[in-house]
Amino acid sequence: MTITDHDLAQLTAPAAETEPKTIEKVSIVISKGSLEGVYPGLIMANGARMEGIETNVFFTFFGLDAITRKRQAHIKVATVGNPGMHLPTVVGAIPGMSWAATKMMARKMEKLDIPPVPEFVEMIADSGAGIYGCQATVDMFGLRDEDFVPQVTGVLTVGEFYELAAGGEIVFT
Amino acid sequence: MTTATLSGTTVDVDAEGFLTDPAEWTEELAAAIGRENGIPELTPRHWQVVNYMRTTYLDTGQAPSIRSLGKQSGVPIKELYALFPKGPAKLAAKIGGIPKPRGCI
Repeated sequence: MTITDHDLAQLTAPAAETEPKTIEKVSIVISKGSLEGVYPGLIMANGARMEGIETNVFFTFFGLDAITRKRQAHIKVATVGNPGMHLPTVVGAIPGMSWAATKMMARKMEKLDIPPVPEFVEMIADSGAGIYGCQATVDMFGLRDEDFVPQVTGVLTVGEFYELAAGGEIVFT
Repeated sequence: MTTATLSGTTVDVDAEGFLTDPAEWTEELAAAIGRENGIPELTPRHWQVVNYMRTTYLDTGQAPSIRSLGKQSGVPIKELYALFPKGPAKLAAKIGGIPKPRGCI
């Protein structure tokens, strides 16, 4: 048997760190504009702050609706092209279906004490998390500062986002 | 289960230091848990949150969510995080001698 350089490297590598690690910082990207696209990221962001984790939330593409004044309160469940709804596409496409599904979901969430999107974003901002919009999306949709809810900390380029996320975990939703 | 000795009393705690029996809690113990968790002194505002957490748990069997903590404790979310930077619900539960809240919100 011969010992390769690879084996040698493994033998001489320092032992893996055994200290128990905790997450100290997280940056959550919310890229989808449906209810089921927005909530997971919001819940993770709020949950991170509840654990004392430094948190930034970056809204990009249709996710930006969640921090846009006119759209924030009108985020809906996708009833078409969403296999998780267990609805045939033609049924999901009936006018009012998305509205009804959203109403139903909102009721269930209220029971679990999960706030509606506007209140949730405010709560997360109040908890000390940074709320950011994506520059490329802002340019593409032609949005201006006054289109955003007051909780928005700023609009960042991708590069600035990575700078901000440095030293932490990134979660893409 | 393990035990911890805080301000001269030995109590049963879980792996994360939460009291397993809320009946073993005292106000002195609360102050000691606070000190161990980065809060040198519990102010009346801290107490307001801790008491609300503890009373809600003892009344309902469940710790309140951060949302209702912000709405009903009389201390708004921003201030909650200023008072308990390492997590208001978690820390107030710990100081209040009740189990760690298990809700996601």
